[in-house]
Amino acid sequence: RAVVMIFNFYLFDRKGTCLFYQEWRRISKASAPTEGHTKLMFGMLYSLKKMVQQFSPVPPKVGFGSYKTESYKLHYFETASGLRFVLNTDLVVPDLTEALKNIYAQVYVEYAVKNPLYVVGEPITSELFRTKLDELVRALSVFA
Amino acid sequence: MSRAPIQFRDSSRISAELFCLTYGSLVAQLLHDYETDEDVTKQLETMGYNIGVRLIEDFLSHTSSPKCQDFTDAMTVVVKDGFRIYLGVVPSLTNWSADAKECSIMIDQNPLTTWVELPENHPRLFYSTLLCGVVRGCLEMVNYRVEAKFVKDVLCGDEATEMRVKLLEVLHDSAPSDD
Repeated sequence: RAVVMIFNFYLFDRKGTCLFYQEWRRISKASAPTEGHTKLMFGMLYSLKKMVQQFSPVPPKVGFGSYKTESYKLHYFETASGLRFVLNTDLVVPDLTEALKNIYAQVYVEYAVKNPLYVVGEPITSELFRTKLDELVRALSVFA
Repeated sequence: MSRAPIQFRDSSRISAELFCLTYGSLVAQLLHDYETDEDVTKQLETMGYNIGVRLIEDFLSHTSSPKCQDFTDAMTVVVKDGFRIYLGVVPSLTNWSADAKECSIMIDQNPLTTWVELPENHPRLFYSTLLCGVVRGCLEMVNYRVEAKFVKDVLCGDEATEMRVKLLEVLHDSAPSDD
């Protein structure tokens, strides 16, 4: 079946600014990325991380990596510098931590951090960044 | 527009000489543009900071060292990995204060100063202050707000080159804004 299994991508910085958003198939019309929507997402990630830290019997090393609902799966990767990478996908998609790390190393570092015109902490507007991210996501084996 | 990823094993990827000479002309231009050595130092520190906040992402994305547990841990990574990867030297980490909030990075071989001799009218210019800014920028992005400055420099006639790093505050995740 020709179904796009990757829905959308968020990148937040340590302060909660949504640096980048891209979608491949919207989950529902109601989830348009308004400012309130990205804030809600960041708040949820923040709270979930706190909760994981507090409830864990031993100090957690990576926090959480993903969660599932009945309609989507959220994949999460956070760097030591507080960047938060999120991919929402179909339920059957396996672990995407490696893919998120690749987005960090091969797209964010190469096409945002190393772009002298990019101001750290501002939303990313570079078309090259968008193209490279799109290429990387489309090349994933789960992107069908 | 595809770029080769950084080859960390090959530390001679760019000519060290070109790098040192570029840095030298940068400092020389700043000395020309600003009145006092303090102003020049400040500019170098700010430039270093701006490099540091970017460099940390490159570092983190290419190394898989586990998350640092405390400041001591973080400083060890700065010296053993950071300096090694980006400058090709491994300085020693000494003179820890009793509360483990201050330490010194002793740079025995400073690649930036290979051909440098300070002119007589700038006897106390801390030539490599850019590095202090880089250290500060990097550490701030991983939640350690520090102050870093050179207290000794062989260029100034001291017996060693010493960067003093002081932990001011451990930052926390910023909570989502309230609305």
